[in-house]
Order: sequence, then structure tokens, then C-alpha cells
Amino acid sequence: MAKQIPIVDYLVIGDGEPHLEAWESVDSGALYLDRRNADAKSGGTEFRRRRLESTGTVRSFTIVHRGVPGVPVPYVSALVDLDGGGVVKSNLTGCDPTPEAVSLGMKVKMTTFVAGTDDDGTEAVAFAFEPA
Amino acid sequence: MGDAVWVLGANMTKFGRYPGMDSIDLASQAALAALADGGVTIHDMGVMAAGTLNEVASGPGQRLQKQIGQTGIPVYNVANACATGATALRTVYLTIKAGEADMGLAVGWEKMGKMGLLGAGGKGDRDRKVYEPSGRYGSVMQVEGILGTGLMPGVFAQAGMEYAYEHGGVGFEQFAKVAEKNHEHSTLNPLAQYQKAFTLDQVMGAEMMSYPNTVLMCCPTGDGAAAAVLVSEEKLKTLSDEQRRRAVRVSASVLTSDPWTERDQVQPDVNTLTREAADKAYEISGVDPQDLDLVELHDCFATAELVHYDNLRLCAPGEAGRFIDERGPWRDGTIPVNVSGGLISKGHPLGATGIANVYEVTTHLRGEAGDRQVPDAKVGLTHVIGLGSACGIHVLEKATI
Repeated sequence: MAKQIPIVDYLVIGDGEPHLEAWESVDSGALYLDRRNADAKSGGTEFRRRRLESTGTVRSFTIVHRGVPGVPVPYVSALVDLDGGGVVKSNLTGCDPTPEAVSLGMKVKMTTFVAGTDDDGTEAVAFAFEPA
Repeated sequence: MGDAVWVLGANMTKFGRYPGMDSIDLASQAALAALADGGVTIHDMGVMAAGTLNEVASGPGQRLQKQIGQTGIPVYNVANACATGATALRTVYLTIKAGEADMGLAVGWEKMGKMGLLGAGGKGDRDRKVYEPSGRYGSVMQVEGILGTGLMPGVFAQAGMEYAYEHGGVGFEQFAKVAEKNHEHSTLNPLAQYQKAFTLDQVMGAEMMSYPNTVLMCCPTGDGAAAAVLVSEEKLKTLSDEQRRRAVRVSASVLTSDPWTERDQVQPDVNTLTREAADKAYEISGVDPQDLDLVELHDCFATAELVHYDNLRLCAPGEAGRFIDERGPWRDGTIPVNVSGGLISKGHPLGATGIANVYEVTTHLRGEAGDRQVPDAKVGLTHVIGLGSACGIHVLEKATI
């Protein structure tokens, strides 16, 4: 099996089921997917890793028809409220990219896929959400 | 209002594409015309602010001075995303408020040409591709289109759809009606980049960019400049009757950034900072939203305009869909919004936008807006938002001095 690397470091692979992990402010409980110097909510500087749920609800979406070169269109981009806390943006797969097939408030679950392979044969693993 | 700041002169170039002019030509044209409009010259100015986003590192204000007058006054080169123009205006406003100058010039401009979609950013292709985590997300490749979209039509589409999720009564048709309105409004504005009306069916049937925004629901890129001369009330009292008659009072000048929200960490939240800025502007000016005779708000996409009806309190909470359905923001509605054609049709040369909207409202309050004049306009509001985020709001009033 090819060597794999997550596309972003808040996606955890190779440790059981793939899942998302956030930096949680010890002070306020605020969640961040990226590295922070301090908590933008409370100002606290202590963080701990927190595993996020892999299920959630679509709070918004768009269907992109004109995108950047190299990315096939149309595709669905969605903002997902994760069960148990946290918000994430990702593509929505497993359904037609049409307004009829996607709905606000729809329940979704995370899935992973290989987004690319580098010149050393390492695969970049990305995540998406699909109807639950 | 004894220490109020007033708009003495204002001007904007027609927005569009100017392959034969450089950006300083455009800025000079607007600046000189604004000075002439106010009956003053560069030698009367005590401060200048230059707002242009893509050229901010090049000393744009000083480059402009070389064309319109080097008088040794302080120049502030300002960049604040799409709120750049409003921030330049507010920089001059604050200097006058602080008593450091009694008159100043704010100029905003941008030369974009056909820039295409904005907002992609990220990692480009390298000669040899080896995945190595970098940046604050530890990403190994460009994630645009893989982990959702950050392109502007999509970001603002998602902002609009979020409103639909939270409030209902809003869908593709309501968003499209916004663009139908603004294109119709632009037919009366000779300074608009486009002056062509489209039916609702044409808007909805146009090429889809990022659902629900079709191409006719997205602002174009383009070139243009706008400028305003601000003056202290004390100084204004010494000027001619004509200058005093045409001057327009700045009853509130507010700038906000986005307060922390959980969702804002993933995609900029255009609502919170607009609500905070609006509430502060209404409090400072004593103006009630229902008193507004016209509003020029930041309709970079049709989905954005709709959410700002609610954010600016132009409609009851959650009722933005009904507001457009009942034609409230049309030029003959309860609160005309974007009678200039808005960004969607007038155009959006980034740095110019936050002063061009002040020019528009000022022109109506003076009764000089020609065919598009909002009858008997006495009070108006301008709003811009730059992602990241920054929100600038100005309340302008016709008043006697």
C-alpha cells in the first residue's frame, strides 16, 4: 500500500477510523482547525487536541460551476455543523451536484478519498462529507 | 454636532475598463474633480488618504501627489480589503475630528482589468511535487475545490444559503430578484460599468457560477476611482453660501472587524460585524433605519445584498426574503437600496467602492442625481464589507449650516 499523508493536519489517518481533530482552547472551549498563538475568543494561550465527531448537519452549501483550473466542476461545497461541536468546510460527495439533491439541514457523515499522488508515490488523503 | 465633519466635494469616474489609462490617471481624475466640486484645491488640504488594495505597497498616495500636487501634507496609504475606500475616508474623518486638519482628501481606486475569480490563493504547482505539510493547517497541496470553496462567488453564496437555512422564505428566486433590481437601477446611472436591464428569467437562466449566484448575480471586476473632500464644521462656516448649501453632513463614521464566532473561523461571517457597525452608526447619528431615504450597500453578490437587508435593520429580523418579494428595496420601494446599480452593475473596483457609494448618496442628498434622483432624499447610509473582515458604514444627512 502506498504511503499516505493527510491533506491537512487536522485530518487524522492511520490511528483507527479517520477523523478530524481540532485545537481546543482550555479557557473557552473554542475550537480551531489551524494552529493559533492565542484563543481569538478568550485570549488564553493553552490548547489541547480534541477529537471531533464525524457526523453533522449541512448549515450551508453552494454548487460551484466555475472553479480553479484542474478541479472538476460542478461540485458541492458545504459548511457542516459537527455533532458535538465544531464547524468545518468541505466538499459534499455521494449525491448529485444539483439543488434538488442537496438540502439545508441534511445529515451527513465524513468519508475520505485520495486527492493526489506526489512524485515519490505518496498519496494525499482528503476528507469530504456525504449523506448519512 | 458642533464638531461634525462634512462632505464638501465628491466625484467618481465612470467604472469600467480603461486599458489606455494607468491607475494614477484614474485617481487623479477623481481627485481633481472632487476638489473642483468642493470649490477648493490641493493646497487647501491638510491630510490625504489613498485607498487602493493591490498597489498599496507602491506608495500610491505619494504617486498621486506627484500628479495633483506635492504640498508636504501627511499621506496615509490604506488597505482594508473591500472596505479600503471607506477606511481611507474614515482616516481623513478621524484626522479632522482630532483637530489635526480642517480639510482633507480621500481617494480610492483600483485598476483590475479582467481579473477573473478572486479568492483562490494557496499553493501553486512546483517543479517537483513532494507533499510536505506547511502553513497553519499543515496542508500538503492546494485545497481549493477539494475541501470546499473559498472563491468569492461561492463564499457569498454560502453566506446567503446560511441565511436561508436560518430564516426560510429565501431561495434562488429571492436572490435573483436582487440582481434584477440592481441591473434595472443601473440603467439610470451613466457612471455604471453596465447599464442593461435583465428579466428575472434572464438572471436565473444565466450561466451558473456558484449556486445560487449566476453570472448576472456577481459583480464584475473593473477599473475606477472615487474621491471625497471632507471639511470640519468650523471651517465650513467660513466658506461660501454655495459650498455650505451643497455640503452634506457625515452623521456617523464607523469601522468594525469581525468578532469571534465559531463559524467565522472556517469562513468569514459577514453578518456580525455589519450588525455591530450598523447599530453603532444608528446610535451615533440618532437616525432610525426606517428614516433612511436610500442605502448603498455592499452587493458584491446578490446573496450578500439580501443578508444585509437584515443586518442593516432595513427589514424585520428574518424577513429579508419578504422585503425583496414586496419590492421594498426598489427605487420606488420603502427603502431604496443601490439605486446606483450597486456593485453588481455599477462595478466594484475594490479601493474605489467605499468612496463611490459616498459620492452616490451625497449626490442624491444634494438633489443632483438627475434621472436616478431619489425624490426629496434627506438621509442615506453607505456600507462596505471586506472579507477577513472589515465593515465600514457612513451615515450622511442633508442639513443646513
